[in-house]
Amino acid sequence: MRNILIAGATSAIAQETAKHFAQDGDNLFLVARNPEKLQAVADDLQARGAAKVATLNMDMNAIDRHEEMWHAAEGAIGTIDTLLVAYGVLPDQQACSKDIQRTLETFQTNTLSVIALLTIAANIFADQHYGTLAVISSVAGDRGRQSNYIYGASKGALNIFLQGLRNRLYKANVHVLTIKPGMVDTPMTAHLRKGPLFTNPQAVGEKIYQAIVKRVDTLYVPWYWRWVMVVIKAIPESLFKRLSL
Amino acid sequence: MKRYESWGRYPQAPAKEIRTMFWRNDDFPIKEDRLPMLAYGKGRSYGDVCLNEGGVLVDTEHLKRLIAFDEKNGILRCEAGLGLDDILEIIVPKGWFLPVTPGTKYITVGGAIANDVHGKNHHKAGTFGRHVTQFELLRSDGRRLHCSPDENSDLFRATIGGLGLTGFITWAEFKLIPINTAGIIEEKIRFANLNEFFEISGSSDKDYEYTVAWVDCLASGEHLGRGIFMRGNHATGGFPLDPHHGVRLGVPVDFPNFVLNPLSMKLFNEAYYNVQRQKEVRLVTHYEPFFYPLDAVKRWNRIYGRRGFLQYQCVVPPTDGVEAIREIIRRIAHSGNASFLAVLKEFGDIPSPGLLSFPRRGITLTLDIPFQGMPTLQLLSRLDEIVRQVGGALYPAKDARMSAENFQTFYPQWQEFSQYIDPRFSSSFWRRVTNNQEGA
Repeated sequence: MRNILIAGATSAIAQETAKHFAQDGDNLFLVARNPEKLQAVADDLQARGAAKVATLNMDMNAIDRHEEMWHAAEGAIGTIDTLLVAYGVLPDQQACSKDIQRTLETFQTNTLSVIALLTIAANIFADQHYGTLAVISSVAGDRGRQSNYIYGASKGALNIFLQGLRNRLYKANVHVLTIKPGMVDTPMTAHLRKGPLFTNPQAVGEKIYQAIVKRVDTLYVPWYWRWVMVVIKAIPESLFKRLSL
Repeated sequence: MKRYESWGRYPQAPAKEIRTMFWRNDDFPIKEDRLPMLAYGKGRSYGDVCLNEGGVLVDTEHLKRLIAFDEKNGILRCEAGLGLDDILEIIVPKGWFLPVTPGTKYITVGGAIANDVHGKNHHKAGTFGRHVTQFELLRSDGRRLHCSPDENSDLFRATIGGLGLTGFITWAEFKLIPINTAGIIEEKIRFANLNEFFEISGSSDKDYEYTVAWVDCLASGEHLGRGIFMRGNHATGGFPLDPHHGVRLGVPVDFPNFVLNPLSMKLFNEAYYNVQRQKEVRLVTHYEPFFYPLDAVKRWNRIYGRRGFLQYQCVVPPTDGVEAIREIIRRIAHSGNASFLAVLKEFGDIPSPGLLSFPRRGITLTLDIPFQGMPTLQLLSRLDEIVRQVGGALYPAKDARMSAENFQTFYPQWQEFSQYIDPRFSSSFWRRVTNNQEGA
């Protein structure tokens, strides 16, 4: 039985992932900003069979509260063995290009606060010699493109941080999972036009659940994004800079 | 990409805009444009009750959370976009089952209420709406009305079977029935004609929770109305409480139109009837093939090709209706324009709570018919006449073509119902059967 802390538990992908753990009868500690939505998610997971569900309302940007959050989670459901980081923002690239504040806020949420949380979690898991750190990043972090490079850079930094962490924690038996979804039809992308490359959160959640259980290192989801990104990364920069991607 | 069409794929009536409710407490996504609104679930109604040409469809796909599951007493409260398929996955392992289920599990709870769906146990359990204890109705003016038999009871009755027109159902609560296993003890009995059907049906209603018959609609003369009667009860042993069963096939492309022709239909019907050699077969089966044989083939509507198909479901009164059913089958057989599966069932006399519900005491016949333009429409219009003469009715959830005049004859309470419609809600169906093009 797992004891799972989910940061950003009201995200559509987090909900779909958590359903599987609830069905397994695991314990869940859910963190999100909006109390009403958080309660809706908690009720759902409880009714689906989770052994214990506890919640905490907080903004993950409040880095100085991360340790307190961890203690609250341990108090509520016991020693945490799985952390799923599922929060993040998708800023408007054009607005960011002219707005330093928004750009930095993106990094604050998507990168810095996650690194802060992972630092705490990594040390705890290293000491206890077990645990899974699963972080939702993005295929956008694999290469910078003019249409999406603030978001992409915020996730790309995370990818490299996670690589290092995986390398460091391997001997401590700690599993680090980097999750790279393509475009997913969620509230975060509600304002975007939906093309055939969009996938639904159920499919993504199921794959994340399986990757956590099977201790996968890097998950591209759906799978074809791995090969799409191989191609995108293989384009020489001298050519890439001319493309409108 | 998601298609917002109905299961019959006729008519094609595209909405101008799709909006989404992500959370049940979201504000209703209304704008100043005054476009008519309608909730859209899984698009499994056949005609145009789930369509809103030129208007807005509010997708309920994300409203699929459970709110509370009382495992002791079998009461489930959930958001209205949750599918019966997901619900079965959750309740079956705990020893519960749906109180009423139609022939597909890929429908939402909201759709089950809005169409007040029925199933093989209508004679024992009535419609789905009878098992609904309460729900929340979000009106376009922002009010959230708690509806139950005791509270806002008028809107409760109007919303059950109300075709989604009374507002947006955000969540609902309903009662489940207990089961010991996922198995069904099923008996299949061959009958040679309609008289035999009524004999078997009459003697089965008391002891069998579920009854339905498949009829060979292409057989005529002395074989007219032959078929296979299926009846069953939940098994008490033999199957674990496992919602999973077998594999799912799919129909990857639209079949070309020539695949379904009078000859292939005739052969199919012939084979289906003759595959059962004995007069009577008894078996224990998983509930999945018993209730949802067509769910095993994903997107089976594609076998009818791009032109789509029409479903026709009528109910006629018990005594006067017998001759009407005979006449309808005769006409279908004569036209040669039917129908893989014609389904016959006797409804019981348990009243539906809904103001506009379709099921009522009598005999119900369901056909699907490939859409072949005018001849198909003319044939069905003639069937409408037969139904109308004996005081029967057609099922809106299956309809794409009945006339306004006929609808208003079948449902004389439609004007009383109209006062409960949310002023910002409408559907292609409703505009059609009320001759009202306003807002479209």
